Amino acid sequence: MPRYLLLKHYSGGPQPHHPFPPMDRWAPEDVEAHFAFLRHVGELLEKNGELVDVQALTPAQTWVRYGGPDAAPVTTDGPLPETSDLVAGWYLVDVESFERAVEIAAYISSEPGPGGGPLHEWIDVREVMSGAHPDGGPSGGAPSDGPHE
Amino acid sequence: MIDETPSRVDEGALRGLVPRVLAGLVRRGEDFDAAEDALQEALLEALRVWPGHPPRDPRAWLATVATRRLVDARRSEAARRRREEATRAEPPPAATEEGDDTLFLLFCCCHPDLAPASQVALTLRAVGGLSTREIADAFYVPEATMAQRISRAKRTLGGRRLDRPGDLAVVLRVLYLGYAAGHAGRVDLAGEAIRLARQLTLATDEPEARGLLALMLLNHARLPARFDADGRLVTLDRQDRGRWDTREIAEGVRVLQSALAAGRPGRYQCEAAVAALHDDAATAEETDWPQILAWYDDLVALGDDPVRRDPTAVLARAVAVGHVLGAAAGLRETDRLREVLGGRHRWHAVRGYLHELGGDLPAAATAYADAARLATDVAEREHLVRRAARARAT
Repeated sequence: MPRYLLLKHYSGGPQPHHPFPPMDRWAPEDVEAHFAFLRHVGELLEKNGELVDVQALTPAQTWVRYGGPDAAPVTTDGPLPETSDLVAGWYLVDVESFERAVEIAAYISSEPGPGGGPLHEWIDVREVMSGAHPDGGPSGGAPSDGPHE
Repeated sequence: MIDETPSRVDEGALRGLVPRVLAGLVRRGEDFDAAEDALQEALLEALRVWPGHPPRDPRAWLATVATRRLVDARRSEAARRRREEATRAEPPPAATEEGDDTLFLLFCCCHPDLAPASQVALTLRAVGGLSTREIADAFYVPEATMAQRISRAKRTLGGRRLDRPGDLAVVLRVLYLGYAAGHAGRVDLAGEAIRLARQLTLATDEPEARGLLALMLLNHARLPARFDADGRLVTLDRQDRGRWDTREIAEGVRVLQSALAAGRPGRYQCEAAVAALHDDAATAEETDWPQILAWYDDLVALGDDPVRRDPTAVLARAVAVGHVLGAAAGLRETDRLREVLGGRHRWHAVRGYLHELGGDLPAAATAYADAARLATDVAEREHLVRRAARARAT
């Protein structure tokens, strides 16, 4: 079955459906409702037999690159968070189809925002390639012999 | 997957008993969900107890222990019965043919109300006797997720009548899905699917069931040559044919011949015939492409509108057309599929191959690169990138 990574972003992506303030300025009960909904999504996906993993990331971003022989790694805090793509977390799901992944993403995007109405947040849906499992031998999937048969 | 040392229980043989025992319980009127759980517990118990106390009649032992578990689940006074269970054996459930039991259970697990992934998971557990942990490992999902998937499927079955014959075509598709899901990893799903298909052929004379078994065997025989020592994908034309499993090929050909003798062709028989012709060639150059093309002609003629209904068959046929009638003719065949398959990596990969066959390396490189961008498997993508780079460098 295909797997999809449903990414939530702190910033980046298409034009938001409607502007909303950062979460630290929401009413406390709205914040609670938001987190409760995201927990509920994780539980629902597990109950459906579709959840592989769920994680959240802090917004702190450090870019690192090789500095050269005998040199320390070069680091930078990266571009301004308002303008760059900054991932906030994800649900990794194992589902029947792309359509089902889209359905789940849309449901996540209905998460309650300030005032309790749906946030309409853009969710980034990415297909995970098969065969990259470190313990899965040469390939977890079953690629055919190629285009010759 | 199965470690067969003399001191241990032969897990393969143990799991081979699952269909008969489970079918017996369900036919007797036990709830499918509860009976399946109880049998799983009995299997664990067998692995623990049998090395020290091998049973005289393994099947009766399992039926008895599973029945006790069912009783335990209904009653709270379980302790007394557990003391007795390993020493007493009931007569086996209704004496039916082994094949009938397998077929009956496959129809249950492949119920059309279940999603394909659930059908596969439930089949591996209830007919194959694999544990939830093993199935979760095979599909790389957490055990809790797989447990939920299986228990949801069983709950769905709970409200259904399970006394009518199911759709054999669905069963065949589920087994093929299971086969395709894994050639590698800790659990050999391909081997498991072959085992189940073999059991199925005991239960039905339908030639397509034998066609499917033959197809699996004939493809599985090439598995040892499909990856090189560095884990790189090796396509059929470059495989070391000395590494193919000749015993499996011989069995596949035998099964295919008995299927074809029935005179009722179907898609699995056609695909198996193609696989047999590939397996029969001592070198890639000796491949009998005209005969392969003839089988693909039969395959696409099985239904109406093959371009829409069975585009992957039409695409596979295009390769054979390229070999028999020339690369340009093969490419013209793929043109008909652009609308249906143009977004799939396999369509671009076939075009890259046909361009290469026709000597147009720049076009081949572009097509392979497009295919690599659309690939959903790491080994395949690496193969396509390599092929694109090679075509560009030549």
